[in-house]
Amino acid sequence: MFSLKDKKLADDIILKIKKLDVNLKFMHVCGTHQDTLIKHGLSSLLKKCGIEIGQGPGCPVCVTTPKEIEEILLLARSGKTVATFGDMINVPGESESLQSIKAEGHDIKTVYGIEDAVSIAQNNKDKEVIFMAVGFETTAPTTASVLLKNPPSNFSILNCHRLIPPALKAIIEMGEIKIDGLIEPGHVSTIIGTTPYEFLSKDYQIPQVVAGFEPLDLLMAAWILTDQITKGEATVKNEYYRAVNKDGNIKAKDALKKVFEPGDKKWRGFPVIKKSSMEIKSKYQDYDARKKYEDILKPLKNKEFPEPAGCKCGEVLRGLIDSKECPLFGKKCKPDSPVGPCMVSIEGSCNIEYRYATKN
Amino acid sequence: MCLAIPGKIIDIDKNKEYSYVDYGEGTKRKINVSLVDVKVGDYVLVHAGFAIQVLDEKEAKETLNIFREMLSDKEDS
Repeated sequence: MFSLKDKKLADDIILKIKKLDVNLKFMHVCGTHQDTLIKHGLSSLLKKCGIEIGQGPGCPVCVTTPKEIEEILLLARSGKTVATFGDMINVPGESESLQSIKAEGHDIKTVYGIEDAVSIAQNNKDKEVIFMAVGFETTAPTTASVLLKNPPSNFSILNCHRLIPPALKAIIEMGEIKIDGLIEPGHVSTIIGTTPYEFLSKDYQIPQVVAGFEPLDLLMAAWILTDQITKGEATVKNEYYRAVNKDGNIKAKDALKKVFEPGDKKWRGFPVIKKSSMEIKSKYQDYDARKKYEDILKPLKNKEFPEPAGCKCGEVLRGLIDSKECPLFGKKCKPDSPVGPCMVSIEGSCNIEYRYATKN
Repeated sequence: MCLAIPGKIIDIDKNKEYSYVDYGEGTKRKINVSLVDVKVGDYVLVHAGFAIQVLDEKEAKETLNIFREMLSDKEDS
């Protein structure tokens, strides 16, 4: 359905980029972009044209902090039913993961989306069901939509929703790496539109392009950024206009506005990023597991949890190193025995690198 | 996580909260359409059981031509 295939066009784009003889470094923040780049060999193809594209903090499971993992583990151990996305279940905490405590008999369910978790609560009124809500602006409207419709009182969420633009600002301001252009996530942008990225081009003179997920989308994105740079421009272009417009999805944005308000939040590998979280408004606090189970979570309140020993996920998420540069990659850390979340999630750059490196 | 799959709306329930989508090759699923305004025949992007955006079918079909035009425009300028 709507697949974009045209080898000649792809060759033309590559030729055009090659002619410009550039040496550029772009960042994207989306696991699906990374998957397309590695799966189709675009990453190495573009490298030969002088363009390196790295993945920043663009995997919701990966940026979820060790403390959030400990919170959900503690809630599960206290007898609550925990439902969440498949990737989240395998992320290791300090000593266990949701998957490993499931084997001990705790009630952990893998769901496709939040409505499945609500159904579990509706069908099991004697159980307290907690949905671990991870995800960026793409996923948060599904949570907002459910909270607006009075889900059952035995349902709550451990809210881990985060916002992409503040994280982009943070990574630019940290100044640890060269970023010549940003490839913005297509599906986050279906919700927020293109406007929320504009300040990054204005304030930091960084060219941007919102991109889709076909190989041709990403080649076009690389060309659009290169073209802007060679012309000395810095604006937000939209390559994924078949799904993304300037204003985004108004209904979804209204739902987000009703349920959430911005808050400061830590991301894995990052310090606290200002206004980067979607906090549940007090009107919906009955569904906020952190409020509902404050007593259970009390022992974790002022505690911080370190990254797993030797894990370089933080540096991978800040774009400082490539997955293969982590000493644990493919040795101690593999998808079936992950040390850090970037090897767990199918959107994590380590997992993607490992999967295709072993297949190719 | 942010993966979204295109599907075609084939039936919408009375209160317009749910719809059946066809993902092609016979795969049909019930999804929540409360975050979008859709009619039967529209294409939507589906994420975690919800339609998150309506696809512009005309632009989607024209994408390759528009890409070609963009490339040739750049060459002329």
